[in-house]
Amino acid sequence: MTSATVTAAARFGRAASRVPDVVFRSGSGVLAWVAVGILGLLAALLVANSGQALAKFGISFLTGTTWDPIAGIYGALPFIIGTIASSFIAIVLATPIGLLTAIFLAELAPRRVAIPLTFTIELLAAIPSVVFGLWGVFVLGPFLSRTVEAWVVDTLGWIPIFAGPPFGVGLFTAGVILTLMILPTIVAISRDMITAVPDSQREAMLALGATRWEMITNAVLPYARSGIIGAVILGLGRALGETMAVTMVIGNRPQIPQSIFDSSQTIASQIATTFNEASIGLQTSALISLGLVLLVITMTLNVIARLLVWRVAGPQGTS
Amino acid sequence: MTGAVIAQPSMAARLTGARVGRRRTVVDRSMRTIAMGAAFLCALPLAAVLFFVAANGLSALSLDLITKPPRALGIGGGAANAVVGTLQMVPLAALIAVPVGVLGAVYIAEFANSRSARVIRFCADVLVGMPSILIGVFVFTFLVLPFKQFNGFAGSVALAVIMIPVVMRTTEESLHLVPNSLREASLALGVPAWRTVLSVVLRTGLPGILTGSMLAIARAMGETAPLLFTALGSRVVNVGDFGRPMDSLPLFIYVNARQPVDALNQQAWGAAFLLLLIVLIINVAVRARSWGRRIG
Repeated sequence: MTSATVTAAARFGRAASRVPDVVFRSGSGVLAWVAVGILGLLAALLVANSGQALAKFGISFLTGTTWDPIAGIYGALPFIIGTIASSFIAIVLATPIGLLTAIFLAELAPRRVAIPLTFTIELLAAIPSVVFGLWGVFVLGPFLSRTVEAWVVDTLGWIPIFAGPPFGVGLFTAGVILTLMILPTIVAISRDMITAVPDSQREAMLALGATRWEMITNAVLPYARSGIIGAVILGLGRALGETMAVTMVIGNRPQIPQSIFDSSQTIASQIATTFNEASIGLQTSALISLGLVLLVITMTLNVIARLLVWRVAGPQGTS
Repeated sequence: MTGAVIAQPSMAARLTGARVGRRRTVVDRSMRTIAMGAAFLCALPLAAVLFFVAANGLSALSLDLITKPPRALGIGGGAANAVVGTLQMVPLAALIAVPVGVLGAVYIAEFANSRSARVIRFCADVLVGMPSILIGVFVFTFLVLPFKQFNGFAGSVALAVIMIPVVMRTTEESLHLVPNSLREASLALGVPAWRTVLSVVLRTGLPGILTGSMLAIARAMGETAPLLFTALGSRVVNVGDFGRPMDSLPLFIYVNARQPVDALNQQAWGAAFLLLLIVLIINVAVRARSWGRRIG
């Protein structure tokens, strides 16, 4: 072994020439590329299996409003709208709460408060989706219908999108559950982004006479902006693809919702509830096409978000 | 974060006049309070979920729930089918995912040039963000559709697909923390690269690798969506036959929560208590250790 070539930066880059080294190196290489392979295969298989429906309906698959397996007509618009609407509610609620929490944890809280609080929020992310769903159906839904939903319908019910009746099952409950599920993502990543802001930014602002809060809004947040946007987009990606909890509380009605309290159906929940009973052929193909739509949306968002986060924290920053 | 260096009202605030100064202080104070309120609001749902799962689940918890399968007809029985299914599918998934994830991470951290490392890392990150239902559909198309039979093996593979990128990324992070001097010392002693990786690098990074693997296992344990069209679920206890449908705790919770029968909903709460208990114990144990290291 020529020791001079083993520098810290190159690690084992050029070190291996013996047979076991080559075997180990290429073996682990193959396994590493498995991740890439899975992604490629997943995309390829979804495209291949959605061919039948997409060939038949073309672009009208995206714009059609009827989903009727008996008549053999498949239009995905109700599910696309349901997905976007529920995730939109979640983002509207989760972004301010999550960002303020991240600010508190990174800038304001003393360590003995920040550490247990961070721990609690991390645990929130560990709760299985189906448990959230169970809690949503039997606890959160009824609670919301009695309180928030009843109040909104009473005061703002004359506006069509806030019209009742509030059943506790539907878009709004799904949105609230999604809020809870994406909060840990938004909080954790925004906090990391805020922590990555160099102290010199803060010191300069404070030296100019700013208060703590002025320092945060004028120096810290602008610096971390693209990373925070990345965090929100990652949360959005999670919300769009979340399945079980949403399936259990959204009401499962394949219609275009008129009000935020209406029952609805997302792409993921439509696949979850009807895939098993679908007859192999056009119907599964249509459902897999739905999956393909979801794949395209979430992958685009993910790629954008990763690039934004990497810009602030570097590629090894946040998982 | 910045420490206690600079918390007092600034000189400029005093100089620009009392009224402006007071307004700024009020804004500062109230926004800081609101931020604190938001943070505690975030902690509330965890408490609420834990409370209701414990309150409803404890009463449904009994020995029957773990030892008896559901009755063939009507209500009663337990969730033995689900417990047994989870205890088979998750370990098999870990058996597939942990070696792939760990060795894949070794490649990214130790051998790969920066361009291929970037590509692999990026794909792993995208896979982490992939909706789990799509992974179910994906595995369905090549492990269920050709055989016309839902099976436990497909369920394990689906869970493994979810675990691989998680294990890979956490392992990679812990390998980056291994000091280079250890690698150099080992290589300087004439130890070949592969042995250096196995007995020096992986060994030093082991706590981090275990953390990542356990968290991935906890996550796989709670996944429902990837199993819906792969393992499907089963009302009979399936021991060892990966070629046939298997049940799991999340599937059991989902199915029973949707029945309009109170006794079945109660069983769902019992199973949810069991699942949450296992998942949280793994999470608390693993995270408490790494927190301890970070603080200490």
